[in-house]
Amino acid sequence: MADFNSDFWHWYIAILTVISILACVWLIRWMTSGFQHSDEVESTGHIWDEDLTELNNPLPRWWLGLFYITLAFGGFYLLLYPGLGTFGGLLGWTSKGAYEQEIEKVEAEVGPLFAGYQQTPVLELIKDENALKVGERLYLNYCSTCHGSDARGARGFPNLRDNEWQWGGDPESIRTTLLNGRIAAMPSWEAALGGESGVNEVTQYILRLSGRATINELADKGKAKYEIFCVACHGLEGKGNPALGAPNLTDDVWLYGGSITRISESLIKGRNGQMPAQLDRLGEAKIHLLTAYVYSLSQEK
Amino acid sequence: MTSTETYNYKVVRQFSIMTIIWGLVGMAVGVLIAAQLAWPVLNFDIPWLTFSRLRPLHTNAVIFAFGGCALFATSYYVVQHTCHVKLAFPALAAFTFWGWQTVILLAAITLPLGITSSKEYAELEWPIDILITLVWVSYAVVFFGTILKRRIPHIYVANWFFGAFIITVAVLHLFNSAALPVSFWKSYSAYAGVQDAMVQWWYGHNAVGFFLTAGFLGIMYYFVPKQAGRPVYSYRLSVVHFWALVFTYIWAGPHHLHYTALPDWAQSLGMIMSLILLAPSWGGMINGIMTLSGAWHKLRTDPVLRLLIVSISFYGMSTFEGPMMSIKTVNALSHYTDWTIGHVHSGALGWVALVSMGAMYYLIPRLFGRELYSLKLVEVHFWTATIGIVLYIASMWVAGIMQGLMWRAVNTDGTLTYSFVESVQAMHPYYIVRTLGGAFFLLGAVVMAYNLWRTIADAKPVEVQIPEPASAH
Repeated sequence: MADFNSDFWHWYIAILTVISILACVWLIRWMTSGFQHSDEVESTGHIWDEDLTELNNPLPRWWLGLFYITLAFGGFYLLLYPGLGTFGGLLGWTSKGAYEQEIEKVEAEVGPLFAGYQQTPVLELIKDENALKVGERLYLNYCSTCHGSDARGARGFPNLRDNEWQWGGDPESIRTTLLNGRIAAMPSWEAALGGESGVNEVTQYILRLSGRATINELADKGKAKYEIFCVACHGLEGKGNPALGAPNLTDDVWLYGGSITRISESLIKGRNGQMPAQLDRLGEAKIHLLTAYVYSLSQEK
Repeated sequence: MTSTETYNYKVVRQFSIMTIIWGLVGMAVGVLIAAQLAWPVLNFDIPWLTFSRLRPLHTNAVIFAFGGCALFATSYYVVQHTCHVKLAFPALAAFTFWGWQTVILLAAITLPLGITSSKEYAELEWPIDILITLVWVSYAVVFFGTILKRRIPHIYVANWFFGAFIITVAVLHLFNSAALPVSFWKSYSAYAGVQDAMVQWWYGHNAVGFFLTAGFLGIMYYFVPKQAGRPVYSYRLSVVHFWALVFTYIWAGPHHLHYTALPDWAQSLGMIMSLILLAPSWGGMINGIMTLSGAWHKLRTDPVLRLLIVSISFYGMSTFEGPMMSIKTVNALSHYTDWTIGHVHSGALGWVALVSMGAMYYLIPRLFGRELYSLKLVEVHFWTATIGIVLYIASMWVAGIMQGLMWRAVNTDGTLTYSFVESVQAMHPYYIVRTLGGAFFLLGAVVMAYNLWRTIADAKPVEVQIPEPASAH
């Protein structure tokens, strides 16, 4: 066991533990030996505070029995399970092993169910009520913390029901997102845009792209800057590019908020949204079902 | 030494009165935070009133302010009476009173401000920890100084327990509070990772074992035989259970860390030592309750004695529940649930608070040379407190087990049946019942405070002469 950096601690713990249990046994035997059971209970003869005295009744037998049983149990337990330093116990039990065994057992039970669903293409699965139920439960267990139990997301966490997709909304794109995760890379543009004034101009232009009223003079200047710095990812028309995770700027879906303040903030600080990879955690079979469930969310209506 | 010498009752009186006052404060905060769990709006969006800050205030107030003052008061009274001498070092004794009150006051200010070391039951920051150390060392000097000049060769059993409690709490406090200060109100623990957790629960469980058990067994060993007018049941039993209790308690901490990063061997040792602890704990219960043999009828007429005996019964019950919950498979269900909270309160309300209150009913009238104002009101207190405890622990048992079962429930596809928030929602009715139970218990304490206030209103503090020790036969 890696818990110890020298043999000393193994022996220290093992010997101390054994001595401690034996000391309890000795204590009981010491206090019960040479004691005659009689009907007369003696007082110890000490008197404190005028009337405080002590009898010397024998230790109750049932209580002694209880004490011995717990001591014996302790002894047996230490023989069978880890406890005495590096001695792992005769059963070879470890908490890590117990955990792995339990996981294996569950996997053996639910494995066939998921393997069965894995044979069915996503477009078929979304018509299967039961499959979607399982998918929903997986979603609630693993995804709802960020995306919400209604899958409508929150600021910084995409809404999965609106059919707006930063990284693509076809089943294969969704599957890739789930398997490998996504890391968005919107850098900070403050310096490149020429400080606050540049940020304001581009912000105005982005408002225009999403069809809102703008201060035209600023937006025109912003357009020039947009076409130099932003166009590579978000495109000339601002429609974005799912391959890069660059969002569409012409709709009214805003992952980090669409107000002037929020848009400026995105430009100044950049945004680096992260979807963690789930392959190692959930495996392909469960991800297949989750893909179907997430895909179905924007398909029903 | 002359026979005209009197006991030092002044410091006992001071601590006794503060026991009552801090009891009311600590329990009131407890009822408030219990209500906040049922109705979160009750924190009024004020940071100082949020659960996270008031919860440590509640635990510190009831354990160290209420329980601590009760221990100071009773140990100072008992050690004088059973040694037949005046308290040693009166100036140091006075310092323990004012020092301890300062600690409590500082706790009441810093904790709501969010100043905390974040170690459970040891939240106070390092400057306060240093003051605690000074007070505690003075306490030890006063207590053991008095023992040293005793006029009876045999040390009474209550003093063994008080002594063990004082020494062990000093050691626990020093080791667990070791920290590196980075500013006047912020420090970081000297330990890291799982070692920090282990030191914390070595401390945490022995705060229960020595502060809340050994110390209060000391109270039991004096006030129960005195109130019953009967001898202690068995000297031999007290020897065995004392040594076994103080010896095995110190091992039990790891049961707070089952199924964590703590190595398996440490978890096993924590569990088996907790099980071995059952019999030593029950030794105290047997000695307390059997002290009444031959005087059972007094339970019918003496509500103070009844309070003391019921407290011992709760002690027996929670010291059975504790070892059971330390078994790993039981702990897998109970850990992190409100079952733990129920368990703690069956000990805290049922045992610690009731035995302290029983002792105060005995002590305070004697400190002022008065008769207790009303036995009828003690009766009222007894029943409201008992109903409160039963409501509290029964609701937490049900809620805790339900919580544990909900968390582990899985569907046929291996997913969890309930989300966490669903288990929180399911707790709501039980949280209400728990608040009600706490309110009942607080009401009982208010009745007690009124009763004791009427007892001592315009009474003069008394001076009591120390009697000659009886000659042993």
